[in-house]
Amino acid sequence: MKEIFAFILKEFRHIFRDRRTTLIVLVMPVVQIVLFGFAISTEVHNAVIDVVGDMSDPEVRKIVERIDNNEYLETGEFLHSMSDVETRLRKGKAKAAVCFENNFEDRLHADGRGVVSIISDGADPNTAQIVTNYVKGVIQSEQTEINSSMTAATGSVSMRPNVQLMYNPAMNSSYNFVPGVMGLVLMLICTMMTSVSIVKEKELGTMELVLVSPVKPFWIILSKLIPYLVLSIVNFVSVLLLAVYVMGVPINGSIALLSLVSVVFVGSSLGLGLLVSVISSTQQTAMLLCGMGLTMPTMMLSGIIFPCESMPVALQIFSDIIPAKWFIIMVKKIMIQGAGFQAIIKEFCVLSGMMVLLLWVSIRKFKTRL
Amino acid sequence: MDNGNKSVVIRNLVKKFGDFTAVDNISFEVAKGEIFGFLGANGAGKTTAMRILCGLSRPSSGEGTVAGYSINREQEKIKRHIGYMSQKFSLYPDLKVFENIELFGGIYGLTDKQIAKKTDDMLKALSMEKARDMFVRDMPLGWKQKLAFSIAMVHDPQIVFLDEPTGGVDPVTRRNFWEMIYKAASDGVTVFVTTHYMDEAEYCDRVSVMVDGRIEAIGSPASLKEQYGASDMDGVFTKIAGRAERE
Repeated sequence: MKEIFAFILKEFRHIFRDRRTTLIVLVMPVVQIVLFGFAISTEVHNAVIDVVGDMSDPEVRKIVERIDNNEYLETGEFLHSMSDVETRLRKGKAKAAVCFENNFEDRLHADGRGVVSIISDGADPNTAQIVTNYVKGVIQSEQTEINSSMTAATGSVSMRPNVQLMYNPAMNSSYNFVPGVMGLVLMLICTMMTSVSIVKEKELGTMELVLVSPVKPFWIILSKLIPYLVLSIVNFVSVLLLAVYVMGVPINGSIALLSLVSVVFVGSSLGLGLLVSVISSTQQTAMLLCGMGLTMPTMMLSGIIFPCESMPVALQIFSDIIPAKWFIIMVKKIMIQGAGFQAIIKEFCVLSGMMVLLLWVSIRKFKTRL
Repeated sequence: MDNGNKSVVIRNLVKKFGDFTAVDNISFEVAKGEIFGFLGANGAGKTTAMRILCGLSRPSSGEGTVAGYSINREQEKIKRHIGYMSQKFSLYPDLKVFENIELFGGIYGLTDKQIAKKTDDMLKALSMEKARDMFVRDMPLGWKQKLAFSIAMVHDPQIVFLDEPTGGVDPVTRRNFWEMIYKAASDGVTVFVTTHYMDEAEYCDRVSVMVDGRIEAIGSPASLKEQYGASDMDGVFTKIAGRAERE
């Protein structure tokens, strides 16, 4: 046992002596969470909405009031013509405008149809989409209210769909990014750091020295993996703390289950790291393999940025072999939806299978290469 | 197998990689406390043979013992009783001197007390007491090599394998290094050394020359010089290695 401790101690010394490694290991997760959470945020705060219409119309006033009361929206100017709307959008003074037709209330009560158009700035489609959805939501809630009062009076039911985002009513983007960043960070630490540290020893020639020692290869591998396992636990905890206390992302499910899932993911990432270290003979190769071959596909294809469902089928199939995808799905289910083990059984099995396979293959390969 | 005062006994050792025979039926013995030079051109099969002797790889056929343990069955025991210093510089540059000693002491199962004593003794013997807290990467090459040799002996092995230990150092440093080797040998440690420097071959008690996976010549430097009618080992080596058919 003492042999292993000597090894692990040495590994930690390597990590903390190298400023770059320390920085990557301890600072990167925080930076990523903050970057993704704040800077690359897709949610919209205080979007200015202009209004075109007759403010003496009580129904118009009611809707405008609702817009004003919405925490994500803010009423801008009351305009008189559509050309003013365009000017304001161009200048970036407003994100969208709501235009009510004349005699809006009368028409609404007479025909049951009032025309409202929402004009938004399509130059920034993401924001436009989100703002439009906010405004639609506001109008729909007003509609529902009118409908329910009409039901009592006339008996005619005409329910309108009331769109509501479950689990994430505010479309808070950190709900999406936190699981993603967690996947990325754990993968970077476990895969890249492990493979680079092993390949570095190959390059230096110190690997030979370790191999002629009486320590069994399996223990050598294990002692290489353990420090990174410890670091990923530290990172896991720090990402979770940041997520909960800074980004306001809830942990609705069980922390134990979340940890279990993470351990499985860390296991598969370590296996991947070992595999990379077997394949590559220089640190640069290992870095490139991890950066281009693992990080990029993970970013692009695991649903962190682009939803998997909207990818072409070929890419969807490809994304299935990325361990991070399954991990992120599970984290979302556990953290945001508060799902139990039953809900993630399929993903859990897939990821566990990947872990076993990756570890088995890489340890075998590693041993035969010695 | 009788190996009373033999450190290494090798009989009919063969190592094949597919069709390629890297080591072709070699047999030799090395006595305890002997300095044995293992010569051969690049690709002659030295490294492969040495890896087998160190317990890093298994022979295709043949048998033998190193430090009294079978190269076929007792590789873990062999590893425990040999020291190894590789041609590449083999200490951790980002660890301090004492941390390197601590690490290898730990790997070879020494207790903390033993490691502390070893560290003091070793640094004193090398006159490096002041370098204790120095990073290995900041040390001059000659120091590093001496330290690497001492660390290869941290667990008092019966045999120490040196794989081109003096590559890239100046003649004075090399001479100093060989003094350490003599000292170890006089303490009863068997030294098994590969080298490309023929002046170093002269320092050995006995040398063997490998050509194309076979041992073409074996004996003391003096007897080999006589046998091949050469004035120095350089001449001997050129004559024998000149027969190589493979590069």
